[in-house]
Amino acid sequence: MTKRMFVKGNEAVCWGALAAQCKCYFGYPITPQNDIPEFMSKELPKRGGVFVQAESEIAAANMLLGAVASGVRAMTSSSSPGISLKQEAISYMAGSELPGVIVNMNRGGPGLGDIGPSQGDYFQATKGGGHGDYRLLVLAPGTVQEAYDLTIEAFNLAFKYRNPVMILGDAILGQMKEPITPKDPVIDDSEVHNWCLDGAQNRPSRIIKSLYLEDGALAAHNLKLAKKYEQMAQEEVRFEEFLTNDAELIVVAYGSIGRIVKTTIRKLRQAGHKVGLLRPISLFPFPKEILLSLAKAGKKFLTIEHNLGQMVEDVQLAICKFATTDFYGHLPGNLPTPNDFEQPILNSLEK
Amino acid sequence: MKEKIVFPKPKVLADSPMHYCPGCQHGTAHKLVAQTLEELNLVEKSICIGSIGCSVFIYNYLLVDTVEAPHGRAPAVATGVKRAKPDKIVFTYQGDGDLASIGLAEIVHCANRGELVTVIFVNNTVYGMTGGQMAPTTMVGQKTTTCPGGRCREREGEPLKMAEMIASLGGTAYAARVAVNNIKNLKKAQKAIANAFKVQVDKLGFGFVEILATCPTNWKMTPLQANKRIEQEMIPYFPLGEFKNCLGENQ
Repeated sequence: MTKRMFVKGNEAVCWGALAAQCKCYFGYPITPQNDIPEFMSKELPKRGGVFVQAESEIAAANMLLGAVASGVRAMTSSSSPGISLKQEAISYMAGSELPGVIVNMNRGGPGLGDIGPSQGDYFQATKGGGHGDYRLLVLAPGTVQEAYDLTIEAFNLAFKYRNPVMILGDAILGQMKEPITPKDPVIDDSEVHNWCLDGAQNRPSRIIKSLYLEDGALAAHNLKLAKKYEQMAQEEVRFEEFLTNDAELIVVAYGSIGRIVKTTIRKLRQAGHKVGLLRPISLFPFPKEILLSLAKAGKKFLTIEHNLGQMVEDVQLAICKFATTDFYGHLPGNLPTPNDFEQPILNSLEK
Repeated sequence: MKEKIVFPKPKVLADSPMHYCPGCQHGTAHKLVAQTLEELNLVEKSICIGSIGCSVFIYNYLLVDTVEAPHGRAPAVATGVKRAKPDKIVFTYQGDGDLASIGLAEIVHCANRGELVTVIFVNNTVYGMTGGQMAPTTMVGQKTTTCPGGRCREREGEPLKMAEMIASLGGTAYAARVAVNNIKNLKKAQKAIANAFKVQVDKLGFGFVEILATCPTNWKMTPLQANKRIEQEMIPYFPLGEFKNCLGENQ
């Protein structure tokens, strides 16, 4: 049993990557995720790994593409404006079926925005982000321990599906410190040898590409990708359900906001209000079925986000047969407290 | 009469017709790379980074492990592959739009870091695959579909001299410019490409070869006219030769 550690969310991502045997990290400075490249520049070379500070986020993401094409576990990280620059390579990795892990510590936007927490990148993360018809597997940790655990998961899922996986955190998660319990996961990448590029020795040469010009070839490729996304929806949905059984109102919130809302729910419960929380952990695939069954049971809904309404569209789509969801958006520029959400929740409960 | 092959094709080149236009020198450049890989016994440990442009299908002709990079990003992808697998031989094959325009940051920083990779840069002064638009290497006065009146120095600047630029960087171990327009130049080109791989094998630094090449279709010339243009117009502006060589006695 490894000793517990007291670390920032950004550092937990790094420790998770090391536990998952990440061998290469490619980064570029941007607030609020600089702890990640700083940590990796110090710790990865000690363990025989590679750290490269790239000339841009574009280059960092393409270095990731190259490293994972050779079958090695690798990662890049950034924050919102930098993630926009990585979208080119992310689209190519999705099209080329490459298992890159990308971390986004979401800050305020659009444009340069601010350097504070925000959930403004939900659409970009869950609807593809770059050009073309593809999806990322998106995991949204709410605690520092979860940041650690889900980073390990992210590598395993990336290689299981040969698809890019995004960890979607925010400035709150990246900067807050909590104790975590490290793990020693078993890593099995034996299948990598069936597809990776390591020189055509005693086998025909391999091609990793996303160009499909022949008649019907791209259609067939897109259908193959769609099948993977269907399998993800079957096998990879993750969420936390908190006091939903007898709740009249279900609050839906993810990431740091989900965790802050949980405290609000606890407080309102003490005052006798029947409220519960559904916290999506996998944002793609989205936990549609649990939401649908809660809607079928006659619950009311309130979606709370740190933006002006993005995930609320997926919640509404999931429950539209039986219910509608209210929305409360916390504006960027400050850190919400549990008190901020009390009145909005009570308003929806009393409707 | 019995036929006898006196000039065999490298085995690593696929036995299939190429999609290149008549008189295009990509095929010649492919063959030189193929010959080098075989002569230096590198085929089985090579990883090629393809790029965007006419040579996007290089993987159909050069039978080594290949990954396709986004436009201009091949040197970044090559960095990722080489850092992950330092015992492999990694090279990119890029055109002038790809390398000297959209990928300028990637090529300069890759060379400056001294990445142990080799870059084959085919300069035909035009965006070929998209139909002959102006490239950063288009000659002053040269007409293209996006500079129909000819490239203008005051408006578009002068063509970039990549081999010289790359040679000026500390991480570069070999940088040369060659042409394949006649047998004499072809032999020099073969040697330069071998050197650009040898600096990688010997871990001396970044290797770079710029190949001046024809694009008869977009130059609106016959293959012979295009070949002549290399000699008469391109070489005077893009001088041939080695600009840096850290191999052996030149170290």
